[in-house]
Amino acid sequence: MKFVSEFRRSELAEGLISQIHRKSRTPARFMEFCGGHTVTIFRYGIRQVLPRTLDMVSGPGCPICVTANADLDKAIALSQIPEVIIATFGDMLKVPGSRSSLQEVKADGADVHTVYSTMDALRMAEENPTKSVVFLGIGFETTAPTIAASILQAEEKGIGNYYVLSMHKLCPPVLRAILDSGEVKLHGLICPGHVSAIIGSYPWEFIARDYGIPCVVSGFEPLDILQCVDMLVDQIENGESRVEIAYRRGVHPEGNQQALKLMEQVFEPCPTQWRGIGEVPDSGLKLRKKYQHFDAELAFDIDPGPAYEPVGCICGDILRGVKTPADCQLFGKACTPEHPVGPCMVSSEGSCSAYYLYGGGFEG
Amino acid sequence: MKDKILLAHGSGGKLAHELVEKSFVKAFSNPFLAKLDDSAVIDISGRLAFTTDSYVVSPIFFPGGDIGKLAVFGTVNDLAMSGAHPLYLSLSFIIEEGLPLDELNQIVNSVQKAAQEAGVEIVTGDTKVVNRGSADRLFINTAGVGIIPDGVDISGSNARPGDKVLLSGTIGDHGIAVLSQREGLRFSTKLESDCAPLNSLVAEMLNASPNIHCLRDPTRGGLATSLNELAKQSKVSIRIEEEKIPVREEVLAACEMLGFDPLYVANEGKLVAIVPPEDADKVLGAMRGSHYGKSAAIIGEVRAEHPGRVAMKTCLGASRIVDMLVGDLLPRIC
Amino acid sequence: MCLAIPALIKVIEDKEAEAEIGGITRRISLWLTPEAKVGDYVLVHTGYAINILDEEEAAETLSLLEEIAGLAEEEG
Repeated sequence: MKFVSEFRRSELAEGLISQIHRKSRTPARFMEFCGGHTVTIFRYGIRQVLPRTLDMVSGPGCPICVTANADLDKAIALSQIPEVIIATFGDMLKVPGSRSSLQEVKADGADVHTVYSTMDALRMAEENPTKSVVFLGIGFETTAPTIAASILQAEEKGIGNYYVLSMHKLCPPVLRAILDSGEVKLHGLICPGHVSAIIGSYPWEFIARDYGIPCVVSGFEPLDILQCVDMLVDQIENGESRVEIAYRRGVHPEGNQQALKLMEQVFEPCPTQWRGIGEVPDSGLKLRKKYQHFDAELAFDIDPGPAYEPVGCICGDILRGVKTPADCQLFGKACTPEHPVGPCMVSSEGSCSAYYLYGGGFEG
Repeated sequence: MKDKILLAHGSGGKLAHELVEKSFVKAFSNPFLAKLDDSAVIDISGRLAFTTDSYVVSPIFFPGGDIGKLAVFGTVNDLAMSGAHPLYLSLSFIIEEGLPLDELNQIVNSVQKAAQEAGVEIVTGDTKVVNRGSADRLFINTAGVGIIPDGVDISGSNARPGDKVLLSGTIGDHGIAVLSQREGLRFSTKLESDCAPLNSLVAEMLNASPNIHCLRDPTRGGLATSLNELAKQSKVSIRIEEEKIPVREEVLAACEMLGFDPLYVANEGKLVAIVPPEDADKVLGAMRGSHYGKSAAIIGEVRAEHPGRVAMKTCLGASRIVDMLVGDLLPRIC
Repeated sequence: MCLAIPALIKVIEDKEAEAEIGGITRRISLWLTPEAKVGDYVLVHTGYAINILDEEEAAETLSLLEEIAGLAEEEG
């Protein structure tokens, strides 16, 4: 596949790996914000090939993982309304809410459908005019413009039975919250490539400027990550902190203006709850007044009941990069991918799931 | 109005007899079935392999096959994986009322063709019709028997440290072909299911070396799950190399798009063999010379340490654990 | 987060396109990249093209990586 296989070439990886080994002197801890990066790092065993000077921690960059129980409970409450079809990305099915999961309510008869795209959800609404299709709007800045576009398409085509439950999250505000908490010691940040494809690289500037942390936007192939680590090491060894892009084929510094415009047109920022992190100002998105008739929360009368978080789960600390899955008492015992307790075990990109599935590779 | 299956077709009455005689007996003509007795009576001697499986694939027609073909080859392959020569199959239909008769006939024809290709006979069967909503169009159960040749001892618990791991061809073709038809995901591809009978491939492999230790067809759960089963049953570890595993570009692309790992995607015409190192090249040669093993490869080896584990050497030279499939394969956005 | 893969635009119809992704074809939306043309590679996330891939930048990155690999080999 063009733009994929070239960035997996092992002989080029070897070159980067030996260059990183040669250059890295100062011990440093890097956070990969994005769950997609976590998966690439584990899937290709990247930690094993890096020098001992470098330590990697996983950040909160999985929108499934950071969805609060209260939000999930709303989705489940919506699924209980007769004639409502829930359309969702597959990731959400297994996530445990306070009392149940979408997978469980589906088994009990709720109409829950997995889709690949909001395009499919819109078609579902057109094909089922007597029912209401509620799309579970999860995701960061990468996904939010696609949801905005679906709402504008519904408006344009006059599709009146399409609704969105907006649970979107924005990345820069939560990074500020994490850095302000002061608990996390970071020397470099691997910035999310596909979030940056939309928002560009400028929104990360404050991290380099105000916190003195080098930032490099990375793609998702193993060579992308290695190149990004190499660039972070360069900045560290030279005592710099700047925002750079290691994913120039996919990310422009100014982002995708059209996508930002649509997102801005449909949504406005609002405070939102992040699992394990709490409420972060201006880190969520709600529908603007003009598009409120697409808001599932306003269109349907739901009572999701009180939300509670699982006991003993340290997903919050893991998401902040303060602890690793190995520090959790539940990890691998009460909490496994088959029976996830916390959100980080649910998504295959969650730190715990990635540690569980790909961690501890053995030599021999 | 098109002819369709009614509840009466499963009632044992006149319509049911008509269906059996017109559709089934005609298609599968053989002396055992023609008798229409309550059981097929067969003379068999030797070590008997006996297996059963149910088929509920949706949609029932998919690129490269249908539920009927799958139901024959699936059971034939389960027999072949114990080294048996498959001989006779049973065939049971559970039909949701309303299924168009010509679709049923298409499936029956496909079963017949598949049985012919695999060299097995359908000797007994059953049909039930259930209310709309009680089944998804059509379910099939097949059971099969076969004879294991003398000197052949194949079992999932026979893998030994030092053995080589062989794979008969590309992985993930079936799973992705079926998925491409699924509502809500729809994409188009020339890719077809690899649905195929593996008994002649196995016969040729056994011809090359009767010392094959394990055979497994990596169906649901994919290659990763089969290798994990073998590692656990044999109390050994298996180490494979990512770069040696053949994957078609379309499968890779669909997996990238939907967030799957091809190691977990289903196959219906592939096998994994674990073979003593001294016989590996002979068996590989036999596989490559056989119709369904042309792109066979040696993908790894069996080790003693870390029993029960499967690890893969990645293209960066690092290694990672390959676990069993957990839950369902669901398309993800992140 | 945010799986996105490169796809080649084959045919454009209004705000949608047929795109090829390594031998498979899928209908994608161009709402976020209205300037995309037939023959462009785009990054597709959940059925939407979120950016046009820059072939020149990709080639430059690769030649840089090749240079690094060449260097590493020389120093052995």
